[in-house]
Amino acid sequence: MDQNTINHLRELEAESIFVLREVAAQFERPVMLFSGGKDSIVMFHLARKAFFPGKVPFPLMHIDTGHNFQEALDYRDDLCEKTGTRLIVKYVQESIDQGRVAEEKGPNASRNALQTTTLLDALEDEKFDCAMGGGRRDEEKARAKERFFSHRDDFGQWDPKNQRPELWNIFNGKKHVGEHFRVFPISNWTEMDVWQYILLENIEMPSLYYTHEREVFLRDGTWLAKSDCLTLKPGENYETKQVRCRTIGDITCTGLTLSKANTLEEIIQEVASTRVTERGGRADDKRSEAAMEDRKKQGYF
Amino acid sequence: MELLRFTTAGSVDDGKSTLIGRLLYDSKAIFEDQMEAIENASVNKGEEQVNLALLTDGLRAEREQGITIDVAYRYFATPERKFIIADTPGHVQYTRNMVTGASTANAALILIDARNGVIEQTRRHAYIASLLQIPHVVVCINKMDLVDFDQETYDRIEKQFRSVAEKLDIKNFYFIPMSARDGDNVVDPSTRCPWYTGKTLLQMLETLPVGEDLNRNDARFPVQFVIRPQSDEFHDYRGFAGRVASGEFHVGQEVKVFPGEQVSKIQSINLYEEQLDRAIAPQSVSIQLEDEIDISRGSLISAADNCPKSSQQIEAMICWMSETPMRVRGKYTIKHTSSDVLGIIQEVVNKVDINTLEIAEDTTVGLNDIARIKLKTSKPLFYDSYKQNRITGSFVIIDEATNNTVGAGMII
Repeated sequence: MDQNTINHLRELEAESIFVLREVAAQFERPVMLFSGGKDSIVMFHLARKAFFPGKVPFPLMHIDTGHNFQEALDYRDDLCEKTGTRLIVKYVQESIDQGRVAEEKGPNASRNALQTTTLLDALEDEKFDCAMGGGRRDEEKARAKERFFSHRDDFGQWDPKNQRPELWNIFNGKKHVGEHFRVFPISNWTEMDVWQYILLENIEMPSLYYTHEREVFLRDGTWLAKSDCLTLKPGENYETKQVRCRTIGDITCTGLTLSKANTLEEIIQEVASTRVTERGGRADDKRSEAAMEDRKKQGYF
Repeated sequence: MELLRFTTAGSVDDGKSTLIGRLLYDSKAIFEDQMEAIENASVNKGEEQVNLALLTDGLRAEREQGITIDVAYRYFATPERKFIIADTPGHVQYTRNMVTGASTANAALILIDARNGVIEQTRRHAYIASLLQIPHVVVCINKMDLVDFDQETYDRIEKQFRSVAEKLDIKNFYFIPMSARDGDNVVDPSTRCPWYTGKTLLQMLETLPVGEDLNRNDARFPVQFVIRPQSDEFHDYRGFAGRVASGEFHVGQEVKVFPGEQVSKIQSINLYEEQLDRAIAPQSVSIQLEDEIDISRGSLISAADNCPKSSQQIEAMICWMSETPMRVRGKYTIKHTSSDVLGIIQEVVNKVDINTLEIAEDTTVGLNDIARIKLKTSKPLFYDSYKQNRITGSFVIIDEATNNTVGAGMII
């Protein structure tokens, strides 16, 4: 590579920073969704780069299902304190208490889908006109169709058949009152890019991503963590295993990977040799072939 | 590792999805759970073979109808390069989608069915590749297995395409005989056409020069955002945040700022805590100047001795992307680099019939039409011709009533 080109990670970085700055310039009240997972961590890191030495000009918002990995919450609070970033937390439990949503029943009950209502209510209450998410197009086939700037109608819905054409690097964030945008600054990144970039930039990560011993049980071919939110079905038992998270979501539907990867280099090696997708372990995606698309149409991230 | 963005074009049955599936499959970018999902889906649909197209059709409606509706983006990497594929639909709203996919592409793959040769669609694909100035066009002469890998057929199609390309402005084009279904010359070289000694498609994608595509000569920096921390530590900091559109900037360089044409020098270039000596396209940085000049979003910083054009009268080629026809004398928002201005479409100079590549007789501009227009803007644009610069030479047209992006423009 000569001195007149930049490598793919730096090109992706430059593109994402460009998108983040477009958000800051085009919207009145943007917010960045933050879960404590690797994609939101990278997205926030890029935001700090985009506006340095100024502060990140928008708050972070966590839609808390109440079914979390404690490590992710600790990381989140730490990061906000260290960087002086405003954090808004909205609780799915409050939506349940207000009767806005009903908790799912059965052994596979998950609060993941319930987040949509809490999120849409939060956007309306706080009058946010743009919510940035760490979604990537390589995650899932419905996401592969997503624009950087994704228009949502005044019900928060995504209409995949009627998306705005997105040309060159020109992003059209114009909207009517009541509508909003979802913006995905790291759309073009893959799982591998994210890890390589974390290594390149030496970004601190929650301990969950590294191997550790944990009590887990096997359900439908997926290792799930022992927690108060899930009860064992007959035939299921807790076992202690060496595991790590490949993706962090709601504890009830986040599959853990059996792994010995203890460093970023080892994680990258593991990702390079793996034969299943990152979301292969997400129970909520397996519910139907269009599970993600259906959730997104309703206003999910 | 470098990044190559490419787009695919081909009509419905030319085997586009199969080619993408083959590229992903043979380069081991398909995961077991994805494969399992499409195997199950294929069985559920009663299909005999695993349908690789199901891999790329991500929406419920697409799977129901067996067609691709919207552009989707796919990713794969080899040890040589990382690739982003803009997978565009074959027929529905054709031109608009191909233009969308082509706008950021370094290369376009144009598929031709070896049995049919160059058809109207091929001319249309070639025209769009030329209009959008895609630096490299790879003509994939597919389904060679169905013509017994006959060299004469291949040579005839190559000649046909060359005669189309002669009338256009395509910089580099290449031809590959292949069978996407069987994998000949896609990732692995074919044993069935010994007369072809060139690269496989993947080898070609791994070696097309990417760096040369960018404009290295004209230093252009549209300002997106002004960073003013006003903190104790950075009290006087005033950084102009943006992405280098083309050329390069270095510390100490004399620059000119538009509008206003004031001259200053670059004091520092920052990327986060890093101080850079120089910045090149497509880096996102922030620039500080030595003098206090009025600069805001929509301003453009250029080399002092190499400036963009500046005018309120623009001539451009446009691709119309809306079901509602273009209103001549109508007002629209024109979004060009980081500035939004009002624009009036003054006149349709002519419309191109992209099937015949001739000038069309009527001048109404509807969905998927391509036309040359004259545009007057409320404020001057600082621009280069699209041929010279894909970033400062492009704009989109937005309908003020619906806020929709209704047109894509390339400045002449």
